[in-house]
This record gives sequence, C-alpha cells and structure tokens, in this order.
Amino acid sequence: MLNSFVVPILASVSSSAGGALGSGLKFDLDMVDWSILSIYLAFVIGIGFALKRQTKTAEDFLLSGRSIPGWITGLAFISANLGAQELIGMAASGAEYGIMTSHFYWVGAIPAMVFLGIFMMPMYYGSKAKSVPEYLKMRYDERTRVFNSVSFAFMTIFSSGISMHALADLLTALVGWNYYGWLVVTSVIVLAYVLKGGLSSAIYNEVLQFFMIVFGIAPLAYLALKNVGGWDGLVTKLQASPLGDGSIHSWAQTATGDNPMGVPWYGIIFGLGFVLSFGYWTTNFAEVQRALAANSMGAARRTPIVGAIPKMLFPAIIILPGMIAYALTLDGASSGYAIPAKLDANGVAMLDSAGNAVMNYNQVLPSMILHYFPNGLLGLALTALMASFMSGMAANVTAFNTVWTYDLYSQMAGGKKTDRQLLNMGKLATIAGIILAMGCALIAAKYNNIMAILQLIFGFVNAPLFATFLLGMFTKRSNNAGAFWGLLIGTSTAVAFHGLSWVTGNGPGVKGAWIAQVFEYPKDLSQSFMVAIVAFSVTFVVNAGLSLACKRNKTDEELAGLVYSLTPKQLSGQEAWIMRPAVLGTIVMIAAIILNYIFW
Amino acid sequence: MDLRLPIGIIFTLYGLILIGYGFFTKGGEMYSKSLGININIIWGIVLLVFGLVMYFFSRCGKNKNT
Repeated sequence: MLNSFVVPILASVSSSAGGALGSGLKFDLDMVDWSILSIYLAFVIGIGFALKRQTKTAEDFLLSGRSIPGWITGLAFISANLGAQELIGMAASGAEYGIMTSHFYWVGAIPAMVFLGIFMMPMYYGSKAKSVPEYLKMRYDERTRVFNSVSFAFMTIFSSGISMHALADLLTALVGWNYYGWLVVTSVIVLAYVLKGGLSSAIYNEVLQFFMIVFGIAPLAYLALKNVGGWDGLVTKLQASPLGDGSIHSWAQTATGDNPMGVPWYGIIFGLGFVLSFGYWTTNFAEVQRALAANSMGAARRTPIVGAIPKMLFPAIIILPGMIAYALTLDGASSGYAIPAKLDANGVAMLDSAGNAVMNYNQVLPSMILHYFPNGLLGLALTALMASFMSGMAANVTAFNTVWTYDLYSQMAGGKKTDRQLLNMGKLATIAGIILAMGCALIAAKYNNIMAILQLIFGFVNAPLFATFLLGMFTKRSNNAGAFWGLLIGTSTAVAFHGLSWVTGNGPGVKGAWIAQVFEYPKDLSQSFMVAIVAFSVTFVVNAGLSLACKRNKTDEELAGLVYSLTPKQLSGQEAWIMRPAVLGTIVMIAAIILNYIFW
Repeated sequence: MDLRLPIGIIFTLYGLILIGYGFFTKGGEMYSKSLGININIIWGIVLLVFGLVMYFFSRCGKNKNT
C-alpha cells in the first residue's frame, strides 16, 4: 500500500473498534442495495468455484501455472493496489492537498510501472523465479532471501490486518450490524475464493473488482462536479480557499516546500517519484506476482504497462471528489455539504487554533457518497468499497502463501518437498494467513498506536529493497555481502531515522521522534520522503561499497538472465508493433507527461 | 474460463436492476440527493451497455480464447 505511510488511515478513519465514525454518517440501505451486494458476493465465490477444476497442483494454486492473458494480469496488477485504503486515502488527500495529490499517480506510479515492464520484467519473468525473494536467492544468496521473505511475510499479514480492521470499522459505522461480524464475514469470503481457485481466482476476481470499483465510484465525480459548477467553478472556489493556487497546480508552487503538500519539486521527484514509487511498484511481491502469472514474456512485460493506463486516469474519479468536498465545505451551509469534523474522546468536534473544526479527511469519500447517491447507486458504491478491500486483501494473502510455501517452508527440514506437500502447505498458509491477519486487526482495534508505528515503519521497507534490486539487476559487480548488509543496515537506519525525525507540531510518539527529537520537518509527507531517501541512500552506499571492496561471488555465466547486461534482449515476437512493451511504455510515459503539463 | 462472460453477466444484471429500480422510484424524493437527476436510470444504462459489450466479446472470442 503505497499510501499507507502517507495517510495513516488507521488512526483516523475511526477512533476505536465499534466505529466512532461520527454521528449521522450512516447508509440507509434498501432491498435494492442489499441485492446488488449479494449478487457481487455470489459472483466472487462463484468464480473461485469455477476455477477449482483447473487448480490441481501447487504450481496451479500458488503461481497460476503461468497461464493468464496479459490484459487480465494488467488489470489485476492495478486492482491489487486499489485497496480500500487507497480509495479512502487518496480522496482524503485530494481534499487536503488538492491537485498535487496527482503526484502519487503521474509521478509516483506511472514511471515505475513502465520501468518495471520494460527493464526489470525480462529478469523477473525470464529467470523463472517464483517470487521476489527467490530472485534474490538466485542473484545473491539464501540469507538475503530469508531476510526479505520474513520481512515481507510479516508486512503482508500486518497490512491485511490493518485494512481488515479499517473495513470492518467502516462497515459497522456505515451499515450497522457488528464489528466482529463484518470482520469474520469479509475474511471468510476472501478465504473461500482464494482457497478454491488459488492465485487464478484472486487475479480473476481482482479484474471483476476493478470494474466494480470504477463503476461504483465514478458517478460521484460526475454529480459532484455538476454541483460545484463544473471545473471552472471548482477552480474559482479553490483559488479563493486557504489552500490557494497550490491546490489547483501540481508543480507551479513547488519551487519551495511552501505548498499544500509541504514538499519542494526535488522531494517530489526523488523522494516520491524515485525512491518510494520504484521501491513499492518494482519490488513488492503482491504486485510483481500478478505479472509472473502471465502466459508469456510479452504479456508479463505488458502487465504493469497495461495497468498504468487506468492508473493514470484514476485521479479523475478519486482525487476530484476529494477536491470538490473541500470546496463545498468552504462554501458553508449554502452547499449543504461539509467534511465531517474530527471528534475528541467525548464526541465533541475538535477545533484548531483559529476556532474552525478540524476536518476528518478520511471521511471524505464515505460522506460524499452518502451526500450524493440515492439508494440503488448507494448499494453499488458500498459494493465497490467492499470489492476494493477484497482485492487488496486477496493480493496480500496470495503473495503471503507463495512466499511462505516456496521461500520458507520448502527450504526447511532438508529441502525437497513433494507437490502434494507444497499444495497442502499453500492451502494451510492461506488459512493461517487470514487468521493471523484477523489477529492483527483485533490488535489494531485495541492498541491503535503500536500498529500505527509499525504501519509507518513498513512504509520504508521497500526503499532499501529497491536499492538492492537496482544494483543487483543492473550491475554484475554487486555481491552477496553487499546485498545482505546493505539491506540490514539500510532498513535499520530507516527505522532509527524515523525515531529521530519529527513533524512540526507533533510531539514524540506514533509519527516519529520516539527515540529523540533531532530532525524536524514541516509536514508528514516531507518526513516520509526523507526517511525513504535516507534508507535508500544508506543501502545503496553499503551495497556498492562492499561490492567494490570484496570480490564477486558469481561469474558471468551464473548471472546470465539475472543481470540486465547478461540477459538476451527480447526480439520482437508475434505481437503487433503497438503491443511491444517499449512502444506501449513510451506512449504511456508521454501521456503522463502531457497530464503533468496540463495541470502544471 | 473467459472472464468476460461473468463480467458481462454481472454488469448486465446490475444495469437491469438499476434501470428497473430507477423507473420504480421515478420522481422520488431521494433524487434530490443526486441534484434531481434520476442517476439510477442513467448509470443503469451505462452498466447495461458495458455488460452487453463484455458478453458479446466473450461470445465472439469463444473459439479463440478458452
């Protein structure tokens, strides 16, 4: 979850288990809404059962037998990232930062996705590695694989738990019923379809969920934009707002950090666009796994590039409603809408120093849906929220069971396991993974702060990993000692740096400075970007230094297919020229540059 | 399995449900939320068209894509 460190949703979507989401924010569901939801649930489970026959071996269950067409893996690639936290978090950021939020898409996603498809997929897919940790084992050695597998396994379980908690809390507040009931029901449904059809079922359902999310949320942008007086009406209102010009220009105000995000242009490009974005998109196995399930090298390379096309357009349906919510709130009572206020422990609205209510941005999306959608569409939107949660959850679970089975279990107790043993372990890991995630959800409900610290720290795990991959995939020189110590020292430095840095106005605690208050930053984002940059740089320097100081561990022959310069170039296959990854990738990049230019 | 088939079916169903519900509740008070627009009928038509297109493609590509 790219935005988990940006929008620590846990602490603010809800204040506690049982969902103190603010009074009045309640969906009044009708029969029609319930039927829409039920039909969706029947279909996701049905798809799982339909794929059961094709799921016989451990390869089928955990890897889909490399059989899935490129358009499906491409949409699944983007759907895996489209968790409920992404939807709610990005609509929240739209209200808080305005159009600058688009940097998370046009700078913080597209270039990394295109790079993954064109330059990294030949090694990922071509090496026949089953997972990201297994590639690390091939390129380096066992200890680096174990380090990565363990941290990844821990991280996926944990983030699944957090999003389960967030969803159960949200549903309890919006629909009623029971927190634990929602927790169990939503998990059991994901468990059912993953257990039946394995990775294929998760991927096929992710595509269905992708369309559910888009069609369930899209009318909001239309209605809200109409209400606010079109794009021109929105721009006029935002210009007059406290956010000012910075909220309608993505770059114009970034010469310094004096803009809604609090980050200057070089922080956006290097911190978000390079370190965080490449770290997430190119090394997170929950993403890469979708491409590895594709049925050919061409399809695997196109997977992230195909996914980049809808990703590029999401700001229109996710960020835009957030921006409008902010504009309507400033309009006051005449607009009939206001972003709900943050409540203190006694349920009283919190006020800032100027006496205005503190906005609870994480409620932007649900409250806008409630404000504009009549029954019918309301059911569709609720289903979309449920679908987005399930796609993120299933992606994590399928990545976890593969890493656990192939990277940890199959190496234990003498190696060599039969396919039956692997398949059984894969299924067991699926069940165990979901139960552990539920455990994490319950911890999150009880000890909000501990989980929030962990969530922030996990945001930085990918940055050291990206430095390791950059050196490993693109230089022959990088060696085993460099990789292992680089990762270990880089990751520890990230954790330590987070404990030493803090944001103006925050005391020591969840958001940093839990060791000491040493480095001060103006906003959460500038702090996050800096932690990631430090983690990346330290890993890079340690890896490069040890690699230059000590000899290589692997010969050119051993590294064939694992390092870019030693991997045979893909000559054009049978696909039409427009479908070649380099051509498609270039078109997508040009489109992203044009979008940046338009909203400059 | 051709994924376009279940996607086609589910969105065709959703389209029909929203259009039907939209007609049934026509002029109802709840549409003041959606600025007086009967968004259920409009969006139902969009979903129906998308569903039918997906269904049509899945039938077309039946021999090619299994």
